[in-house]
Amino acid sequence: MVPGAQVVAPYALLAELTHRCPLACVYCSNPLALQTGSKELPREDWLRVIQEAEDLGILQLHLSGGEPLLREDLEDLIRRAAEAGLYTNLITSGLGLDAERADSLARSGLNSVQLSLQAADAGLSDVIAGRASFARKQQAADAVRAAGLPLAMNVVLHRHNLDQIENIIDTCVAWGAERIELANVQFYNWALLNRDYLLPARDQLASAEEIYIRKKNELCGKIELIWVVSDYYEQFPKPCMGGWGRVQLTIAPDGTVLPCPVASTIAGMDFESVRDKSLRSIWEESPAFNKFRGFDWMPEPCRSCDRRAIDFGGCRCQAFALAGSADATDPVCHLSPHHHLVESALALLPGHDQQAGPLQEFRTMRYRRRGV
Amino acid sequence: MASAPLTDNSNPRLARKARLRYDKVRQSAVLLVPERVIKLNATGAAILELCDGVHTLESIVRELEARFQQDELRGDVVEFLQDMIARGWLEA
Repeated sequence: MVPGAQVVAPYALLAELTHRCPLACVYCSNPLALQTGSKELPREDWLRVIQEAEDLGILQLHLSGGEPLLREDLEDLIRRAAEAGLYTNLITSGLGLDAERADSLARSGLNSVQLSLQAADAGLSDVIAGRASFARKQQAADAVRAAGLPLAMNVVLHRHNLDQIENIIDTCVAWGAERIELANVQFYNWALLNRDYLLPARDQLASAEEIYIRKKNELCGKIELIWVVSDYYEQFPKPCMGGWGRVQLTIAPDGTVLPCPVASTIAGMDFESVRDKSLRSIWEESPAFNKFRGFDWMPEPCRSCDRRAIDFGGCRCQAFALAGSADATDPVCHLSPHHHLVESALALLPGHDQQAGPLQEFRTMRYRRRGV
Repeated sequence: MASAPLTDNSNPRLARKARLRYDKVRQSAVLLVPERVIKLNATGAAILELCDGVHTLESIVRELEARFQQDELRGDVVEFLQDMIARGWLEA
């Protein structure tokens, strides 16, 4: 263990059950090297890991992917989690979520559903997802509500859908969402690859945020709206994952245990697997989880910064992706010696009225697919 | 999330999305809702345990006053329940 870095029990586990997905969204947060189905952790291992998670102090289990509905044993995992007292949340594209499956999931003890929405209309939504899917998402929303499950909707915002934010919010309301998460795209993996075509202009982002604030006030007490900031435009970095190895962990489809869904991109780190070790030993003792706990690992300006216990130096994956070193201060911080990397990306950005049309930009973007 | 106003005859119950449980690792009662864990003190847990859709507000207050050997808990209980209702975690 790192001196001065206290290990506390985690609250949430993100289980990435598979990288398989019917959609091919241009901002997917899954790795560029997508794992095949044959690499996936089998049912028996997941059942054991769910019990280990409960023993470790996990209270919330997020079942995600890829598309978790592609796992035929999903209901078995939900049942085991419910028996263990875990709160289960399904994060889905909605494809494959018909009335029968929604009932089956509810009967297994599922507690809530988060459905992704790409845009307010089928034309744009299907272009972003790389597949006709909008109509089936609406059917999935109906099925979730008919099964009596609380529905949240997750929307990734970027330059091609920020202008329709009001319609997006109205669509979520019409579909019966109790909670709407409006998450400005974060630049990792596929989104980083397509960054120059996804980054919004500052004025576009500001206009959308004004609409968000107005709608949040209008819907107050009825529907919860959440805004995830575009960190490239912030002065300080986000407190990524609530700090490395502090609050939550991710298990990749093959059983690798990660501090966050993107951490496998950091070269030179050795992340352990639940195939070989218990979740507790990995959380408490593995060198990878202990590497960025506490403050001793921090470089300046973080080490002596007043905000080090607020943002934990930002995101290790972003530091690696942009500055080439996971030990660096997150380059989005205006105090970072690498901040010019973010400023130059923003400086190259065409103004909102000078951007190429969306169809031209989507032809240039790289859709998520295997074998890249 | 809209809910009827709280009266003595209300039968408050947890919303479908909320789960009450004991967290043995942190030794505290917790309320689980989407994306959130709410740590409860002993009083909060005792109140929510009685929000089973059967107990009325009046009987919840009576039971808590007996258990904690205190009078006039009604105001505090109502305030707590109204906050829970406003957050969408409880239905009246």
